[in-house]
Amino acid sequence: MSVRESWQPKRRRILAMVKKESRQMIRDPATIAVGVVLPVILILLFGFGLSLDVRNVPLAVVLEDTSAPAQDLLSAFALSPYFRPQAVYSSQAADRLMIDGSVDGVLTIPADFARRFSAGNARVQLVVHGSDANRARIIESYVEGAVGAWSARQAAEAGTAAGSGPVSIQSRLWFNSANDSHYFLVPGLIVLVMTLIGAFLTAMVVAREWERGTFEALFVTPVRSGEILLGKTIPYFALGVLGLLLCVAAGRFLFHVPLVGSLAVLVGGSMLYVMVALGVGLLISSYFRNQLVASQLTMLATFMPALMLSGFLFDLRSMPAPIRAITWLLPARYYVALLQTTFLAGDIWPVILPNAAALAVMVALLGYASRAVTHKRLD
Amino acid sequence: MLESLLRIIALTRKELLAVLKDRRARNSLLLPPILQCLLFGYAASYDLNHIPYAVLDRSHSVASQQLLAGFDGSGLFERVGNLRTQRQVANYINNRRALLAIEIPVDFARRLGAGGRADVQIIADGRNSNTAGTALGYAQSVVNGFNSAWRADHGLPPPPVTVEARAWYNPNLATRWNMIPGLIGTLTMIQTLMLTAMSVAREREQGTFDQLLVTPFRPAEIMAGKALPSMLIGIVQATGVLLVAQLWFRIPFEGSFLTLYAGLALFVLAAVGIGLAVSALCQTMQQAMLFSFVLIMPFALLSGLTTPISNMPLSLQYFTLVNPLRYAIDIAQRVYLEGAGPGVLLPDLWPLAAIAAATLAAASWLFKHRLQ
Repeated sequence: MSVRESWQPKRRRILAMVKKESRQMIRDPATIAVGVVLPVILILLFGFGLSLDVRNVPLAVVLEDTSAPAQDLLSAFALSPYFRPQAVYSSQAADRLMIDGSVDGVLTIPADFARRFSAGNARVQLVVHGSDANRARIIESYVEGAVGAWSARQAAEAGTAAGSGPVSIQSRLWFNSANDSHYFLVPGLIVLVMTLIGAFLTAMVVAREWERGTFEALFVTPVRSGEILLGKTIPYFALGVLGLLLCVAAGRFLFHVPLVGSLAVLVGGSMLYVMVALGVGLLISSYFRNQLVASQLTMLATFMPALMLSGFLFDLRSMPAPIRAITWLLPARYYVALLQTTFLAGDIWPVILPNAAALAVMVALLGYASRAVTHKRLD
Repeated sequence: MLESLLRIIALTRKELLAVLKDRRARNSLLLPPILQCLLFGYAASYDLNHIPYAVLDRSHSVASQQLLAGFDGSGLFERVGNLRTQRQVANYINNRRALLAIEIPVDFARRLGAGGRADVQIIADGRNSNTAGTALGYAQSVVNGFNSAWRADHGLPPPPVTVEARAWYNPNLATRWNMIPGLIGTLTMIQTLMLTAMSVAREREQGTFDQLLVTPFRPAEIMAGKALPSMLIGIVQATGVLLVAQLWFRIPFEGSFLTLYAGLALFVLAAVGIGLAVSALCQTMQQAMLFSFVLIMPFALLSGLTTPISNMPLSLQYFTLVNPLRYAIDIAQRVYLEGAGPGVLLPDLWPLAAIAAATLAAASWLFKHRLQ
């Protein structure tokens, strides 16, 4: 049988499968829930709900000293967009606010502040609420920055050179000069949505077909197993690309995250990732053939790692070695690197190519494996 | 009354048997929370302990060496390159080989030696701006250390104002200390809610729910019989996570177990109530699974565990008021780290009780109307 002879019917069969699957997809409320409702919820949550930016920190300022310099320091905090100071006059009152959780920190300006400030060695005391360590650390450095800036300004007004130092840091944040946490949350959002559509939805739908026996019904048709796989994956692939475009549009127009790199690289890399996710979903569902197990497993094996172990929230380099070793096996890690670079830094090929290559290898392996699992066999 | 109690106990026993008889199901209830707690306990940390940095030292002086020695000796920074040109800086940052690039200007030593002030420039890879900000904070403390040593060595006066910072409840500001107590609630909720929603849906799908209805059980008893086993399993799961936190990660427990378990019991009751309400609305297991999934996602993301609630817009902050997980995380963290007593926790406890009462009432109403 030559290639040319077999192509025509093959194409017809695949097209018929795609048509059937697309109809089934559109009419299935579960697909609408996972493929449309969840991504929209995620976009809204990520765009409006999540933010790691520290602004308007409620801060109790204990004024044990009510002199002019102490008042001036307090007003410097009041004018800053980062703090919402609240003056109190006893440390008991401040502690009460801390225990209530109504302030995130207490800044104490001691009674001898003005005297020691004119002598050049004043101290203020800061206590931060440690229940959110990340935020607490940022608050600490903002307070130090605000106090340093204030004392430098005082020194400049008095005409003395003394300020903080002698060495000071001028820092520049490349790729995110606005220091807006949406810049890295939006790429993370795309990873989650792609994982949801690619892996979770596919696993659920295919496992359902196995459960109901409709997969076996397909086996008695002349459609080959490879064609079944293609027919199954193409509509979900299309849904994935649609989800991607939705996220990119939301990132661009709703949350104003720039896309520095090219859309082509973004779409190309995302297509690779959707294929990997589809492969994982197909593999798990064909292996377990049970909706409940398949969906729980894809949840554990794809969605949670995409959230926690992909480098989108937590820095991979600081994880212990065994955990870092696990992350090398997870497709999400490569996709996050690719997305963050394409979105914020541009088409930097030394980053894009190795990550895309890793995804491509995974596509090949998973395609081969899922074909091996879906062979026409009843057990 | 006694009969009713006996019937509830019998139903609870039957439910527990149905869930636990299968080894795979048993494992899938206990192992994932503990494994996830271990994995995320290590992974879910905003703390950095391995910051690759590159140096462009144009000064080549004793002072600049001394500054860099502070970075190398901190144990947190790892020097991955000694650069010569500005272009190499761009290269290292763009290709993600370094998170920070430190540039020391030519006149660094001269300006310091003259008793003046010198700047160093640090460029950070802002692709994850949170990580970059944390790394810059660490760099600042290394430079602060250098500054005070320099001032002491050269007889310079201390800065006019110094900030002495301390942290309550988490002295080293380790994210793990916040994260793991928070996981007690999060991991428990995911499984409890799903388990409850599924258990009724499964009976519906398999037709055994109708069999249950022809028994002398009253609807309220059926509900109690469905709620109790899930609560028990939820409490056992929470205990598993708690044990990992104490025995493996060795995070000191400041509060009382009685307070913690009282809070957890209320929380699990609220989660079960939501699960029951979901299951009353759903006909199939798939619907129940999807519905609970759609609920769990916002509950988990808007709980304050990964990002602070005070950063959310006001409308979403109002939404978190009906999120049981928000209160559970607060209770777990405050009892665990602060040793908070029931009096302080009242603002968390009564909303949980209210959520539990409302969802259980809604579920029982839905059940009654579906049953008749």
